[in-house]
Amino acid sequence: MDAFILQILNGLDKGGAYALIALGLTLAFGTLGVVNFAHGALFMLGAFCAVTLNKLLTYEIVRIDPTRTTPWGSPLEVKTPYVQAMLGDWGKFLIDYSVPVSILLAIPVMLLIGLVLERGLIRFFYKRPHADQILVTFGLAIVLQEIVKQIFGANPIPQVAPHIVSGSLALTDTIVYPYWRIVYLAFSVVVIAAVFAFLQLTTFGMVVRAGMQDRETVGLLGINIERRFTIVFGLAAVVAGLAGVMYTPILPPDYHMGMDFLVLSFVVVVVGGMGSLPGAVLAGFLLGIVQSFASMNEVKALLPGIDQIIIYLIAVIILLVRPRGLLGRKGVMES
Amino acid sequence: MKHISKTADFILLGCFALAVALGPFIFAPIGAGYPDLLQKFAIYGIFAIGFNILFGLTGYLSFGHAAFLGVGSYAAVWSFKLVSMELLPAIGLSVLLAGLLALAIGFVSLRRSGIYFSILTLAFAQMCYNMAYSVLTPITNGETGLRVLRTDPRYLDSALGYSAKMPTLFGLEITGWTGYYICGVVLIAAFGLSNAIFRSPFGMTLRAIKSNQNRMGYTGFNSRPYLLSAFVMSGMFAGLAGALLAATDPLAGAERMQWTASGEVVLMTILGGAGTLLGPVIGTGIIKYFENIFSAYNETMLSAMFSFVPDGVREPLVKFMSLFVGDGWQLTLGLIFMAVVIFLPGGVMEGVMRLFRVKHTPRVRSLGDSPQRDMLGESIIEEMPSDYDSSGAHKHPAKNNVTPVAP
Repeated sequence: MDAFILQILNGLDKGGAYALIALGLTLAFGTLGVVNFAHGALFMLGAFCAVTLNKLLTYEIVRIDPTRTTPWGSPLEVKTPYVQAMLGDWGKFLIDYSVPVSILLAIPVMLLIGLVLERGLIRFFYKRPHADQILVTFGLAIVLQEIVKQIFGANPIPQVAPHIVSGSLALTDTIVYPYWRIVYLAFSVVVIAAVFAFLQLTTFGMVVRAGMQDRETVGLLGINIERRFTIVFGLAAVVAGLAGVMYTPILPPDYHMGMDFLVLSFVVVVVGGMGSLPGAVLAGFLLGIVQSFASMNEVKALLPGIDQIIIYLIAVIILLVRPRGLLGRKGVMES
Repeated sequence: MKHISKTADFILLGCFALAVALGPFIFAPIGAGYPDLLQKFAIYGIFAIGFNILFGLTGYLSFGHAAFLGVGSYAAVWSFKLVSMELLPAIGLSVLLAGLLALAIGFVSLRRSGIYFSILTLAFAQMCYNMAYSVLTPITNGETGLRVLRTDPRYLDSALGYSAKMPTLFGLEITGWTGYYICGVVLIAAFGLSNAIFRSPFGMTLRAIKSNQNRMGYTGFNSRPYLLSAFVMSGMFAGLAGALLAATDPLAGAERMQWTASGEVVLMTILGGAGTLLGPVIGTGIIKYFENIFSAYNETMLSAMFSFVPDGVREPLVKFMSLFVGDGWQLTLGLIFMAVVIFLPGGVMEGVMRLFRVKHTPRVRSLGDSPQRDMLGESIIEEMPSDYDSSGAHKHPAKNNVTPVAP
């Protein structure tokens, strides 16, 4: 029973990441009708926002500590991050909390990237078939990840969670669960709730939903639906970026992490139902949990290698049995 | 419908064969005249020709073709290990296994179309890739990769008393220039075969499916067997390429099956021009050339190249250029990829055609609606009336896929 609970918990935080990425993918797809293969790269860019901020904050300067001397009597030189030197304890606090603080950096940066991508590239592809969209965004993903590789190098750059949540929660004697994963789960739930609230409760969201249903009619009513959809694409980029920022303490970011997540999140979107936001969230958590169950030793002993292929297997079965996905709408991407 | 004479086809095939035969001399001036690279041109050319039979003719975008290449490689290496160092049994086994895998994957994937098809093939290929690393380690040797050893049994060879260190074809070792010409002959055969498929009633059916699958359905035509045949054929071409890859370099690793490898063959095909006969081969040449030549450049070589530029300008220029060569060649690759899709959806072939202003070559607006052309630039299927494209149903991105009712 303990193992059972642990697997569900383990699955939830991974599922949270899948759900966030799939949510952004579905937003872009449902509004603009664009299949965005560069969405994983946006997740990766978010993670590198956290890396950048951490690098900026921990840039070290050499100071002479007047109170101490080296064993040879000369003044002791100490390296301190300049933020700490300038702001004292405040700086220390800031460095400790660099990952959550990165959220503040990631929101404007990712919004800007999203808007620029949509206006500069994606909007020229609305009228072209999905194969073209897939290919151009695939090329874009390669370009983005190569640029990151040039700047930050090819090795993963570990990030640490704030000290206060760096420990683990002992649920029972046998279940130990890192605090940060709880934070991540809560964070993803909050972001998902915020996106849904934004779409359901605001006038802007209402217009966007109406546009998803029938873009032409909304346009005929004199609403500039294009601009709203552009903003939604920016929002999707922000969601992907935030998912990336908060995931850095769990998985040290490297330049190809986006690609790894992208394939999985496409599978998530398809399982959930192309164009269905609740479907994407549901499928994200579901597949996260299923994957973590499949990686249990007992299951692996019974069906070796199942943990590697279970998600793809489920996707294949779902597509064949229920082609629209779990909660898919009628008429989306059907020929 | 335009009729292409058989003579024109034979002339094209002859020119192609001549170009392959003179490959070492043609590519020498641009620094690509060495056998290892030319072998790659030929092998990946076969791969891309096969991919083009599926994507170019039917418009079904598979993102999992590398799986067939990988299976072909593994099958060939096993044949070298267990049967014989001869190439023929290896090719037979590779093509057979890749074809069977394609039959299984195609049977399932082709039940869906559009992006669902792309994602299904991607999922299957990732499944194969992950399995090659985990469950199937006894067969694939996991991360180490499968290699041919001297101590392998090779039952047929030992029965015949034949022994060879390297894979051979009728006793000729498949290395260096011999290797290139063996691959080249196979490439010419593959090209001729694809030419025949393009011209056959079967190829015509595939084009009709791409043009309007719904209308085919309305006329009571079951398109799936044709699609499945095309899928299996292209899988077999990939298996053949995999076997040759294993023969020139008898080491098979799972990284050949990764989805970036699938993306590469898509890129080769569209760069040259999907749906054209020569396009995939040209695209392969360009990509492999970039991969080999550009990734070999480094800063010192760049400085030497730009030695005529004043010192103050040269350093930043070299720094900037070095982003795109050496380790950074993939960045160049991605940029080319985007540029081709944005500006030249018809690929290089389209560009050449437009340059020479060949008649009947309407501008390709996208990969999906690329008019059915062949090498000679003649439209095989009549274009839709121009008001068809601008009808309301097509203007609407979210409804792009809703096929308009026939006017």
